[in-house]
Amino acid sequence: MERNPMRRQLAVMRQSLFDQGYLDEQFVQLEELQDDANPNFVEEVVTLYYRDSARLILNVEQALERKPFDFNKLDGYMHQFKGSSSSIGAKKVKAESTLFREYCKSGNGEGCMRTFQQLKKEYATLRKKLEAYFQVPIIFQFFSLSTLLNMCF
Amino acid sequence: MNSNIGKGSMSTASSSAAWKAGDVVPDRFPAGLRVLVVDDDPTCLMILEKMLRTCLYEVTKCNRAETALSMLRENKNGFDIVISDVHMPDMDGFKLLEHIGLEMDLPVIMMSADDGKHVVMKGVTHGACDYLIKPVRIEALKNIWQHVVRKWKNEWKDFEQSGSVEEGDRQQKQSEDADYSSSANEGNWKSSKKRKDDEDETDERDDSSTLKKPRVVWSVELHQQFVAAVNQLGIDKAVPKKILELMNVPGLTRENVASHLQKYRLYLRRLSGVSQHQNSFMSHQEETFGPLSSLNGLDLQTLAATGQLPAESLATLQAAGLGRSTAKSGVPMALVDQRNIFSFENPKLRFGEGQQQHINGNNKQINLLHGIPMTMEPKQLVGLHHTAQSIGNVNMQVTSHGAQSGQNNSLLMQMGQPQSRGHILNDATVGHAPRLLSSMGQPILSNGIAANVSTRNRIPENIRAPGYNPVSQASSMLNFPMNHASELPGNILPLGSTPGMSSLTSKGTFQEDVNSEIKGSGGFMPSYDIFNDLNQHKPQSWELQNVSMTSDASQRSNSLQGNLDLTQSVLVQQGISSGQMNGQNRSAAVVSKAMCSAGDFSEQRNAQNVNQHFNTLLVDNTIRVKSEIVADVSPANLFPDHFGQEDLMSALLKQQEGIAPAENEFDFDGYSMDNIPE
Repeated sequence: MERNPMRRQLAVMRQSLFDQGYLDEQFVQLEELQDDANPNFVEEVVTLYYRDSARLILNVEQALERKPFDFNKLDGYMHQFKGSSSSIGAKKVKAESTLFREYCKSGNGEGCMRTFQQLKKEYATLRKKLEAYFQVPIIFQFFSLSTLLNMCF
Repeated sequence: MNSNIGKGSMSTASSSAAWKAGDVVPDRFPAGLRVLVVDDDPTCLMILEKMLRTCLYEVTKCNRAETALSMLRENKNGFDIVISDVHMPDMDGFKLLEHIGLEMDLPVIMMSADDGKHVVMKGVTHGACDYLIKPVRIEALKNIWQHVVRKWKNEWKDFEQSGSVEEGDRQQKQSEDADYSSSANEGNWKSSKKRKDDEDETDERDDSSTLKKPRVVWSVELHQQFVAAVNQLGIDKAVPKKILELMNVPGLTRENVASHLQKYRLYLRRLSGVSQHQNSFMSHQEETFGPLSSLNGLDLQTLAATGQLPAESLATLQAAGLGRSTAKSGVPMALVDQRNIFSFENPKLRFGEGQQQHINGNNKQINLLHGIPMTMEPKQLVGLHHTAQSIGNVNMQVTSHGAQSGQNNSLLMQMGQPQSRGHILNDATVGHAPRLLSSMGQPILSNGIAANVSTRNRIPENIRAPGYNPVSQASSMLNFPMNHASELPGNILPLGSTPGMSSLTSKGTFQEDVNSEIKGSGGFMPSYDIFNDLNQHKPQSWELQNVSMTSDASQRSNSLQGNLDLTQSVLVQQGISSGQMNGQNRSAAVVSKAMCSAGDFSEQRNAQNVNQHFNTLLVDNTIRVKSEIVADVSPANLFPDHFGQEDLMSALLKQQEGIAPAENEFDFDGYSMDNIPE
């Protein structure tokens, strides 16, 4: 079977992820960690990320359903989420979480909600793109119904 | 080495110390460096582990601070360096840092996605040897071995201090040491020699003068004795020679004491500097704190050791001690804590509080103690409980007390770091008590220490814990935290987290490994955390969190332990938003269920992994004390792509109904797996 075209396609796909700002240098760090001992390291990390961060997304989701907003709590969740996202190089997701945190710090509920919607979009988009790149579906995370409906898959 | 002082006796270089001997560094170093990495984020943990392995380090990963601490305690010389995240649900990374610094004196690197100056500064003041910003790159990890080597070098200098006042690394403390050493050096040596009844001491002396001395491990007991001695003498008049005499520890040299004193002073100074801004009141207090606090600490320890000291009494004691010390010392936190404690705990405490203001000297401190009615009788000190429960209780008690004394904790915590000036000797002592218990892992230690303390403590009898209630009285315990909540920072209180978890487990649901944790680190942790927190921070939503935790905990615990847990849990909650924790638990439960169903019909490799994790998750969802990261961390529900909406709805509904304990393995009540299309 000819793998060159496939590989080339993957390389193109990968490069576009960087070019379009979905991934940053940290992703390269992960790739460099992949070796014979861990041949699927990057994929495993990304899967783990999506699995674990789903919980955080859910937490934020639920927290945003309680009024008034507990900005401290929201900020705390987002801090964790940001740390996680940055560790896999999820650039756009990280940017949205930074923005979210700023809205939290300034107590801007509207801003938080808007940003969160955007964040979820980026989060879902990246997953799709990475799934295509790894060619293995990443397990769905658990989202609230509204989130799922909002997400465009 | 002589082990008169029990487990706390000085120990010779451990295996890792052997490494540190300076001339025994393996050729392949830094390969094989034993790193313990602690982070609640499983993704980061996985990445870090891989990076560290790539650097050829020996990596142990841990997703809970409490687990990390117990690992470190069980294997005192099993690690060379610790890397820890700052924000963790069960314990604030800085608290963990302090614990490690005090107990194990290992280099600790902090890391966080937070790169704010304030946080980095916090790392510095708490004694972190480095601070990494996430995401961490492998290049940053390649050189962490330098911190290990640096520490070894400094330690050698500490011990080679014999007779020589000048140390390249020493700071101004050097001059202070010089005063002591030059004037009393010979005398100290001789007096300590006379006290020695063990030949080993002679050997050690000889060695110290010529060869590198084995490292003196300042264990909890030892430090408590030290603090007691310092308090007795008065922080201003505490010279190594006299401290050594008071401590009466065979094998301990004046140099050891001198270097430890230096660190202690640095620690106290740092504490007072850190907490200065927190409490304006305290700021203009003098630091005549020491003696009083030490006394208090001793009493508390003893009480704690006996395991019979009601948590409240202990707390009261501490509070009283702290109150006084704080009044005297420049540590605002202590004072504030004291006040808080008093107001909550016991009206009698107020008495102590009021007294604080008047106390200016060691003597007065003692007087205060007398004034405060304590329920503890001297003989109580003698009777030690040899059960994990008591230890846990004691720990809790101590912890709670510690919390009150706040400063004690921080003191204790700080001790590991080269600090100066102990304002809050009480705290230190108190903190030691729990630590002692935990590190010992057995109640026995407290006995020994209690005995020591009793003999040394001039006023043990006089100290009674007012209205001391056994740990079982969770309410009182809880109150403490509540009060201190104001003091506690928004961070996670270690106290709550670790012990809480363990206690919960012990209560019944989670028995297993948690029990051991309780013994080891459970009680211990809380006190430190509380102390630190109290000293340094003003908690906010503590009460709310406490309440929530309490309710959770109360459901599970019936025993004192449970109470302790509650408090601890509460404390833990402090650090993190309770909602968050609960939410996580809930999500975990829900997710677990979802995962089960998802796992069942998912063909994904990941799904299978999830299943495995899921099982573990289900089994001990909340208290998982393992190092296993994945299982613990991600209670995410995984649904196969083709999961029907109706199933999703049911899952959602399930979630909203509330989290049931994740005991259902793969038989979810609400999930009809049959419906799930494959």
